Amino acid sequence: MGLLSGYRRRRRSLLWHETRDAYLFILPWILGFLLFLAGPMLASLAISFTRWEIVTPSQFVGLDQYARLARDDRLFLSLWNTAYYVFLGVPLHLFLALLAALAVNINLRGIRLYRTLFYVPSLTPAVANAILWLWIFHPQWGLANAALELLGLPPLFWLQDPRLAKPAFIIMSWWTIGGQMVILLAGLKGIPVTFYEAAEIDGASAWGRFWRITLPLLTPALFFNLIIAIIGAFQVFTAAYIMTEGGPNYATLFYLLYLYRMAFENFRMGYASAMAWVLFLIILAFTALQFRLSNRWVFYEGDLRR
Amino acid sequence: MTVQPAFRAAVRGPSRGRKRLRQAAVQGLWYAVLSGVALVLALPLLWLVSTSFKTGAQTFLMPPQWIPEPIVWSNYPEAFRAVDFGRYFWNTIYVTLASTAGTLVTASLAAFAFARLRFPLRGPLFGLVLSTIMLPGIVTLIPTFIVFRYLGWIDSFKPLIVPNWLGGGAFYIFLFRQFFMTLPLELDEAARVDGASNFLIYGRILLPLSAPVAATVAIFSFIYNWNDFFTPLIYLQSPRNWTMAIGLQSFKDLYSTSWNLMMAASTVMIAPLLALFFAAQRYFTSGIQMSGIAGR
Repeated sequence: MGLLSGYRRRRRSLLWHETRDAYLFILPWILGFLLFLAGPMLASLAISFTRWEIVTPSQFVGLDQYARLARDDRLFLSLWNTAYYVFLGVPLHLFLALLAALAVNINLRGIRLYRTLFYVPSLTPAVANAILWLWIFHPQWGLANAALELLGLPPLFWLQDPRLAKPAFIIMSWWTIGGQMVILLAGLKGIPVTFYEAAEIDGASAWGRFWRITLPLLTPALFFNLIIAIIGAFQVFTAAYIMTEGGPNYATLFYLLYLYRMAFENFRMGYASAMAWVLFLIILAFTALQFRLSNRWVFYEGDLRR
Repeated sequence: MTVQPAFRAAVRGPSRGRKRLRQAAVQGLWYAVLSGVALVLALPLLWLVSTSFKTGAQTFLMPPQWIPEPIVWSNYPEAFRAVDFGRYFWNTIYVTLASTAGTLVTASLAAFAFARLRFPLRGPLFGLVLSTIMLPGIVTLIPTFIVFRYLGWIDSFKPLIVPNWLGGGAFYIFLFRQFFMTLPLELDEAARVDGASNFLIYGRILLPLSAPVAATVAIFSFIYNWNDFFTPLIYLQSPRNWTMAIGLQSFKDLYSTSWNLMMAASTVMIAPLLALFFAAQRYFTSGIQMSGIAGR
């Protein structure tokens, strides 16, 4: 009895030590979480119920800012611009990344060089990329119109034409498919060769192997990329800020650019916080919806064993 | 299981010679397609470098000159003279290294606890870590700005560096944890029997074995901080504190028609990244595989 309780006490103190150490190890993260995530999230909700221009004292206005949001035509325009970019841009981008990953997922001599070449453009910093593409889309001296001329087509005013500015941004994003490509490639590499060998023996065609093996087993990677890309695309900013400043005629006024102007040029912190929460809820809803829909198309290998 | 070649050939069918010829043709076609795509993808960067070696007049030639005649080097010193780009370069180096160091230290600390120690709420807390990967930064932007303003840190490097010393980012914690999980538990147990504390086990046993994952995290973090535009845009105001991302943008406002200078400055910002990438490509690939974000 005495021996046992001594053992228990020692064990409990061991556990206590472990717990204390563990919380010391994660202390920096906990502080960061409270100071830069949880705290600010709640604070921005609180600020969204106020009128606050930083220099003036804040004033509680209830849901007033949200009522204003609902009447702000420019906000709806920025939401439309962003939705255009997200729902047209992201699927195309992912599709091209998938094609690229499939193209470099074969055993050929020198294939690694091609993987590297496909990947490298996506390393370009966003600012440098924006300035580079500003030059490429230059109506007179740019590469884009030089290419069109080579094909016998008339020049376009890419960034000066309100109908073309968003498509131009989407086209520009195709040069950065490398990031998604490498993740999809890692997914392709993870598919066991034995699956293909078995299918080959069963006489499956290359097309059949792609539809029945490659694509289903790649859906988790596609799903992950889709989620992250949509969250990122909802917050598109740098290219529009640098290249078009939201123009022409507000065609590239994306949500985050509008929010940035409200907060850091007009100092309307209450309004901008309300905007931030609205976008957060939109993104949250879409992410939840995708997780909901995912069990219809995403296939996890573990499911087989059930 | 591997299939015997002879058996494979039998299954595949007739005439090996013709088959081989067809295979060679398919391969040739594939190389052509890959090379075409690679060229198209490389064109913008080649155009960037090419423009950086042109005179002002050469940039306004149609059709464009790919190899400038003559090649002009003077855009590079000129770009450094036009704005204080040398200063921005060192500022960027400083911010990037200080941030990366913080990420390495605090992410590995947290990961050690999640991988090796038992404590109440471990599961839920780790779930919380992972869920923050999906949190859009926009929702914390304004209060974070206000906190830093209250602390008097606006127009200093602290808002860029300090958050990295507090957890260093969920994705990096995840990467470190994945790697720690692959190291045998016997290592810890042997050390514990010898009386080593958890901190000693972390610092003397697990960390020295973790060079590959540390390299991966360092590279990802380096690239992220080097490229970051939004954070410096909000927090750095006086030009002497700018990083290259902001400096490059100011270039555009000041010399909007000097494309050759802008391209030279952009090249200066990109070159170190490319050098780092080619030097450490190995860790890059292994990092993506290890993350398991590819699915399984």
